[in-house]
Formats: sequence, structure tokens, C-alpha cells
Amino acid sequence: MDIAVLVKQVPDTYSERKLRDDGTLDRAAADAVIDEIDSRGVEIALQLTEQHGGEVTVVTMGPDRATETLRKALAMGAHQAVHVVDDGLAGSDALQTSAALAAALKTLTFDLVITGNEASDGKSGTVPAMLAERLGLPSVSSARAVSVDGSTLSAEKIVDGGYAEVTASLPAVLSVSEKIAEPRYPNFKGIMAAKKKPLTTLGIAELGLENTGGAAAPCQVVSSSPKPPREAGQKVTDDGTGGSQLAAFLAAERLI
Amino acid sequence: MSEVLVLVEHAEGAVRTITGELLTAARRLGSPAAVVVGVPGTTDSLRADLTALGAEKIYAAESDDVGKYLVTPQVAALAAAAQGASPAAILLPNTVDGKDIGGRLAVRLGSGLIADAVDLDAEGVATQSIFGGSYTVQTKVTTPAPIVLLRQNAISAEPQAGAGEVTALEFSVDPATATTVTAVHVEPAGDRPELAGAQTVVSGGRGVGSAEQFAVVEDLADALGAAVGASRAAVDSGYYPQQFQVGQTGTTVSPQLYVALGISGAIQHRAGMQTSKTIVAVNKDPDAPIFEIADFGVVGDLFDVAPKLSEEVKARKA
Repeated sequence: MDIAVLVKQVPDTYSERKLRDDGTLDRAAADAVIDEIDSRGVEIALQLTEQHGGEVTVVTMGPDRATETLRKALAMGAHQAVHVVDDGLAGSDALQTSAALAAALKTLTFDLVITGNEASDGKSGTVPAMLAERLGLPSVSSARAVSVDGSTLSAEKIVDGGYAEVTASLPAVLSVSEKIAEPRYPNFKGIMAAKKKPLTTLGIAELGLENTGGAAAPCQVVSSSPKPPREAGQKVTDDGTGGSQLAAFLAAERLI
Repeated sequence: MSEVLVLVEHAEGAVRTITGELLTAARRLGSPAAVVVGVPGTTDSLRADLTALGAEKIYAAESDDVGKYLVTPQVAALAAAAQGASPAAILLPNTVDGKDIGGRLAVRLGSGLIADAVDLDAEGVATQSIFGGSYTVQTKVTTPAPIVLLRQNAISAEPQAGAGEVTALEFSVDPATATTVTAVHVEPAGDRPELAGAQTVVSGGRGVGSAEQFAVVEDLADALGAAVGASRAAVDSGYYPQQFQVGQTGTTVSPQLYVALGISGAIQHRAGMQTSKTIVAVNKDPDAPIFEIADFGVVGDLFDVAPKLSEEVKARKA
């Protein structure tokens, strides 16, 4: 089975993340890394193709340097990569992003599309469902376990308060939760091989996209501002009365 | 006045609290119209509550297929309602299902979508709190029928009885895009409130030390009538189940009170709780980053402090 995995380059959640004045991400402010959830998506795709045969294609949309994220996934073992890159795509919202990614996916043959359940920067978590709708496919979101038997996908997916067992027929769109798999580390051989693996770039013209970019986005940022950081309040060292002092604080705040 | 569609969250014949919050937000923009998607008879059992919460109209989208399929019945029902009503907005809860329903609906209707909104004003401008609450962003959708996913507990429900007029809604699910649900395993919630919508959350971290010792966290939670949460470190150590994880990769919470026990306050944890109204923390390490954002911090052993706090809370209640 052939699998397309969507990956995204994001600001490292361990560093300080900033917005520019126009409300778009300040990509220079923080280290750029493959989103952790997407490395788990690549891992489960590799495991599935190791079991069932087939190839893994990693797909990203982002500026030039997002190639780094594709090379990381290729070093893990993915077979080829597609980079959707065009200055005209800057500032896309979720709906526009899903249109561009769906168009890129239509240039590939696949039995399964795998994504992370939500990116750590945008956190909208709606692109997988948008893709499924655009591609006319069934979808399973936030999977914590998955298996494939013939043309049937079975998964355990997270629901409020627990999980559900679900089935869908392939091709399908699957988004994964962080419990799906531990990503492998690329070894030296993988890193060297990644440099020679095929990487295709696709732009607005090749994909036939219209109404692209921030100015045409259905969602328009009206304003954005950093919130003043929370200030540390009172801190006491427990001398046996810590519990009582805490209770007194909560009572004064009318919280108990 | 244009209708504002609200997808009703319900379980076991009862309306979930987020529905009251969505109906309150809907009233700011137009006439609240609740869309009930359930098996036949569901609307009858929810009608009185939805009317009291503010529904002027109630769409009854009922079918035996609901529950057999993931999200596509809700998408079909909302799309049918939207095509008839040309709504001013469509409001959904910012849950796993809400995101799936909203994402598909946005494509089907060509509507812009705003996820994880913490507020929505009469002009349809949504407020989002991003990067773990370090930025506030205001966004507006320029297409007709904007879809807004509201974070639980961000808006207070202000019930104000509506007309509650019931209208049946026809819809059909396309089997080609359907995902079949074969079994649902939900942990009994017990008497504790649901994590994402709780007014008070008591969370434990690596400092709790073991699954058995999480009882100290649960005891304080029960004394406070709170939900129990856990840091990623505690979940990864196997102290507490994953569905209770608070943080960047778990549930985002904004309760009135957040109690952090034995949690160091890594940036990923803070991202899921620092919009809480009041934060208090107990940690052995005086340099733990959690103290930088705590309104009240106790440097000490949580196994001394938490039980004493539980006792005081129980004594004050008695």
C-alpha cells in the first residue's frame, strides 16, 4: 500500500514563539523543527509499508526551508517527497491550505493519507477533515492504534473520555494522536540516502489554485497582540502551615 | 434576524454544558437555532432544556444511523440546515468531533472556519488565545455562514428562554465517506466533572511519584468538586491515563482555579493551562517554573500540603 504523509515545519515548542505585526508567524523567532506529531505519522506509515509493502511519500507546504523537514522524514525512511512551495501561498488559512494540499495529493497515487491530529503552532486540527471532504474520502481522526486488512482500515480513535473502535474503507484519511508510535531516529545511512531521494516541488500554477494567500483568505486577522506575561504571585515555604495558608488564599479569592 | 446554528452536544439524554455556552454566543449574532443530531426521540428528551437555554428554533435531525457513523451524520444535518436557513454563523464545540465536523462542513459550504475561539462578539469577530495563551488574536470570517469552534468554558452560559419551536430536518449520509463505529469505550466519568469544561482542575505531575499515590490528587479534587488532570510527565510515567493529560498535546483547560501538584511547569504544560483564572502550585523545588505563573505557590511536599488543604476545604464546607 502506498501512503502519503503530511508533515509540517513548526516553531519548536521549547522556544519562544512569536507573531509578526500582520498576525502571521514570525518564522525567524524560533528554531524550526518537524512537528513532533508528524514524525509519529511518518513512523506509523513506515511500519505499515514494512508490513504491507508499498512506498511512503511525504508532503509539506511551506517556505523554502521547509525542505529540511522533508529531508528529516526521508532520513527516517520515507521514499520520496513533495514540497508545495510558492510565495503566493503565504498567509493561507486552514481552508486554503487544505485546497493546496488536496491538489498536491491528487498528483499522487495513495491508499492512505496520514496526518498529525493538529499542528503545535496553528492547533486548528481541522485540515485532516477538510482534506477528506475535498478528496471525497472517509476519515478517522486522533488515532492511537491502527491496522490494515485488505482494503479495510481499523483504528482506535480518541473520543471525549475514552476511545472508539472504528473501521473505514481505503483509500482514507487518518490523523494520528501522539500515542500512535514512537518515531525512529534517522541513522547516518538514512541521512546520507535522504540527500539522493526524489523531491518534487509544486507551485500555484502546477496545482491550478485560485484565491491563494493571505489577502484572499476566508479568515482575516483583525488584530493580534502579545499578552502581558502572568506575574508570579505570593510564594511561601511550607513550615507545616502551607496547606492552611493555601486554603486561606483560596477562601480570600472566594474559590472555596 | 438571521439564524445562528448551534450543534447540540448531548449524551445519555442530557444536554452537555458547552451547548448552553454556544447558545449564549449565538444570541449575540442572531436568533439561536439548536441542531439536534440523534436517534429518533432525542429531540423530545432535550427540548425543554434547549428552550430554557435559549433556543428559538430546534432542528430535529433524527436517524437510526446516528451513532453508527463518525461525524458524517452531523455534517450532513448541519449542511441541510445551513442550506435552508442561510445562517449568520454556525457554532460548534472545539472538541475532536467538533473539529472533524467543522472541517468537513467548511469545505462543503465554502465557509471560513475559526477554531478554538475563546470569545465571539456581535460583529462575528472571534478571539483566539494562541501559543499557550501568550498571544491574543482577533479574527473575522469574510465568507457567508462562518463556522466558529468555541473552546469549552470560555464563555459563561446565560440561559434566557427561547421559543423552542421544533422543525424536522431531512438529511442523508453518503456511505462512500462514512467511517463506521464498531465499539465505544468511555471510562466512567464517575462524579467528577469533565476535564475540559471543569470550573476547578487539580493536576498531578511527576512529583506524585506513582499511580497509587495519585489518590492524593483525586482526594483534593473530590474535596474541591474538581476534575483531575495530569502532566505529560505523569502520563508518560504511567501514573494516570492519557485522556486526562493537560498541556500542548493534551487537553487545554481554562478553569476558574487550577491546582498544580508536583508539576514543574514545562512550557508544554503551561501551554495547556496558563489561561486559567487563578493558578496555585505546590512543588518541592523552589525554582520550579510553575511558580513563575502561580498566583499562590507553596514550596513543600505535596503529600503534606494537599491533604491539609483537603481537610480545610471539607471543614469549610461542613
